[in-house]
Amino acid sequence: MRPLIFEIGSPGRKGYSLPSLDVPRKEASSFIPSRFLRRTLPELPEVSELDVVRHYVSLSKKNFSVDANFYPLGSCTMKYNPKVNEDVIKQPGYLNLHPYQKEETLQGVLEILYDLEKLLCDIVGVDEFCLQPAAGAQGEFTGLLIMHAYHTERGNPRRKILVPDSSHGTNPASAALCGYEVVQVKSNARGRVDLEELRRLVDQNVAGMMLTNPNTLGLFEDEVLEIAKIIHGVGGLLYYDGANLNPLLGMARPGDMGFDIVHVNTHKTFSTPHGGGGPGAGPVGVKKVLSKYLPTPRIVKEKDKGTLRIKNDFPRSIGKLNAFYGNVGVLLRAYAYIRSLGKEGLLKTGRHAILNANYLLKGLEGHYEVAYPEMCMHEFVLSASRQKEKGVRALDIAKRLIDFGIHPPTIYFPLVVPEAVMIEPTESESRQTLDYFIEVMKRIAKEAEENPALFHEAPVSAPVHRLDEVWAARNPVVKWEKKTRDEAPVATYSA
Amino acid sequence: MLERIGLERMEDLARTIPEKLRLKQLNVPSGLSELELKRLFFKEAKKNWSTLDYPSYLGAGAYDHFIPSVVEHMTGRGEFYTSYTPYQAEASQGLLQAIFEYQTMIAELTGLDVANASLYDGASSAAEAALMALSLQEGRRKILVSKTVHPSYRRVLRTYLSAQSVEIIELPYDPLDGRTDLKALENSLTEEVACCLIQNPNFFGSIEEVESIGKMLHAKGALFISIVYPISLGLLASPGEYGADIACGEGQSLGNRLLLGGPYLGFFAARREYLRKMPGRIVGQTHDTGGKRGFVLTLQTREQHIRREKATSNICTNEGLCALTAAVYLAALGKSGIQEVADQNLQKSHYLATRISKLHGYHLRFRAPFFNEFVVETKKGFSLLEKRLMQKGILGPLSLREFYPELKDCLLFCVTEIKTKAMLDELVKGLAL
Repeated sequence: MRPLIFEIGSPGRKGYSLPSLDVPRKEASSFIPSRFLRRTLPELPEVSELDVVRHYVSLSKKNFSVDANFYPLGSCTMKYNPKVNEDVIKQPGYLNLHPYQKEETLQGVLEILYDLEKLLCDIVGVDEFCLQPAAGAQGEFTGLLIMHAYHTERGNPRRKILVPDSSHGTNPASAALCGYEVVQVKSNARGRVDLEELRRLVDQNVAGMMLTNPNTLGLFEDEVLEIAKIIHGVGGLLYYDGANLNPLLGMARPGDMGFDIVHVNTHKTFSTPHGGGGPGAGPVGVKKVLSKYLPTPRIVKEKDKGTLRIKNDFPRSIGKLNAFYGNVGVLLRAYAYIRSLGKEGLLKTGRHAILNANYLLKGLEGHYEVAYPEMCMHEFVLSASRQKEKGVRALDIAKRLIDFGIHPPTIYFPLVVPEAVMIEPTESESRQTLDYFIEVMKRIAKEAEENPALFHEAPVSAPVHRLDEVWAARNPVVKWEKKTRDEAPVATYSA
Repeated sequence: MLERIGLERMEDLARTIPEKLRLKQLNVPSGLSELELKRLFFKEAKKNWSTLDYPSYLGAGAYDHFIPSVVEHMTGRGEFYTSYTPYQAEASQGLLQAIFEYQTMIAELTGLDVANASLYDGASSAAEAALMALSLQEGRRKILVSKTVHPSYRRVLRTYLSAQSVEIIELPYDPLDGRTDLKALENSLTEEVACCLIQNPNFFGSIEEVESIGKMLHAKGALFISIVYPISLGLLASPGEYGADIACGEGQSLGNRLLLGGPYLGFFAARREYLRKMPGRIVGQTHDTGGKRGFVLTLQTREQHIRREKATSNICTNEGLCALTAAVYLAALGKSGIQEVADQNLQKSHYLATRISKLHGYHLRFRAPFFNEFVVETKKGFSLLEKRLMQKGILGPLSLREFYPELKDCLLFCVTEIKTKAMLDELVKGLAL
């Protein structure tokens, strides 16, 4: 492995330069009493610019990425991130804008954000959007606070939130953060919400239900209108978790299915890069009746001259999620993506996401158990139960894929499928890539039959072999300590 | 491919969607070519005033610092920015190591033992800190927050805690110092208080009496949450040195662009004993089957994808790339660089403050020491002044009227290392008119 950045360099080295100070210098203690000053200096690296470059280039090579690898990661929608989206925002007119500048000096960027809200309304079928939430989970939190405000205003804040047993972990976690009790709804034999069970669970204390559609098994909840009727029937609201929006682009809209609140993940559906785990953005859209509760500030257009304003004055708003306006840099990229595709391109995206997933499903059935053997939407779930009989688990298959240059699929999720392997190819991939994946997966199935012991070593081609996660959790070392410097490996200059 | 899956037409791909839910057509305009898209973004950018063309004296939680070229060259590598959350450790060693190094740098800067892999921004990290304190301090349901904490952070805190049965008590500030009123703190401090949030330097730029505050809080068993500006830590005492239990704040100043307020970076550090209660992802060191050092996401049983409604936070996607940016920035600056940058901020802001305070009709509002932001009072009328500065091509300062009605004639100035003496003199001329 590459040495840590703290283990290279030498005292006095630095990787930047500043102009020399051009105002008269005085001792810091003449401005600030010394009791407020730092006593020990932070142990930061001492490296040159070239050291920095070699270090991070070397690390970048020890990482899978969409630019370099196929990423069939279910529910994460790892599509290609077009390069033009990176380029268009790289100009001072976006990068160097302070959030407290006067609105008159921000009309161009506000115009884009305002238009993005309108486009998102059209794409998901709601009336108003707020761009502020920084990621899907914060979008969920926002949506649930809106639900809470809506019910509180009607005299009963209500206690319960329903989520399907196949839901994402963020759903119950966000509901708990809002003080709700989480009630799970079982899936039926078709992998959809069990309507009988749902009818039994709803009452006047249900604030609403959170639903992903297509669900995490990649199946369209074809009884969604009935679900909406049941939830609305007891005065509850229906929340759309946008994680799986991709296959619906141009094909169907959550707003038309009866959803009242919708979040979208720009880093999934709208191609903004995942960044190794963020930043993302999780804009929230709502039907008219809920718009007064949206977080502030909001962008409003003045009637006469069309000047855009950043307005804070919304007395029923649930409040604020971030210090400023959300992840603007991410939102601009999402706008670039939507405008590049246009209505035709969005429809094509939705269709190809479904086409690619079904093509993989067809190629793999017979080699692996398919959890729900029917036409899927953008993803499907296999079970490695057959392979497990030979001692090869979903985790082993995932790790073995690394040896073939393929990022592992999502595994052990959704929880309702044993040894789950959840595969989402996205629309970005060519037939050649999909065929390669099918071939590799077939080969792995064969290896599991013939040579299960092989898997215990996998991956063999990665910079490290299987890592001991249990040890890491039992003996947490989450920071480099200086004392280990002497014991550390000598810096080498190979990648 | 259609044939292989038994379909005839592309339209058939909608087959599993009930007919009445199928959409006729979107209203989104038709797609743009790459060149058209570039033109559109170029045209809109020109309508914005960038701080590169118009020197800005705005701070208040978003800071215009110099970013060495090496930073964006590294974070702009597709291997980093198009990668996913490093759940699959063997395929993500590069990013995991970089985040482990980031955690170390944040722990070093804040003087605390452990740091997480990032939260959304400064405001939400402060709210998460309060939530963590509440869960550590079972039975205590009051939170103190100083009025000198950024007004937006306080709003976010209220939003985050709005569904919990918690009382938030705001502490007034000393009208002469612009610092938390310690008497008021003493009076509000009971055994029911879980924690107290203090920003240092605070929203006015003033340096708080952090050491005394820490002692007062700990005497009553309350946790001390310090919201800090990381650049100032090149010079100012670290939260660890003055006894804070949790340090959090906005990491944008560490190499991230202003970008109209985001994406930014919430950093979060704490004393070691609180590690297992921390929100968000944490990278830990381990070894592979051959004994080689490696890194993994660790203590995942705290997180939503495992613990669901019992998780320490609902956060999933965080600000990984912004954390990487901070790490590359801090690596480039290093031990001496963080001091030099902090010192230049201190020197230049004090030069400007001294010059302004000598102008007729202006005076410094507060007498407490400050780092790179300070409050000036003037009866000149902000809208006129703002207009005049804009005519000279200058952005800022920030009027405090909307945030603190009692400070309606006060302006918050921020000076970073990117300003030259000539720029500062030009600003003074503009103010003197």
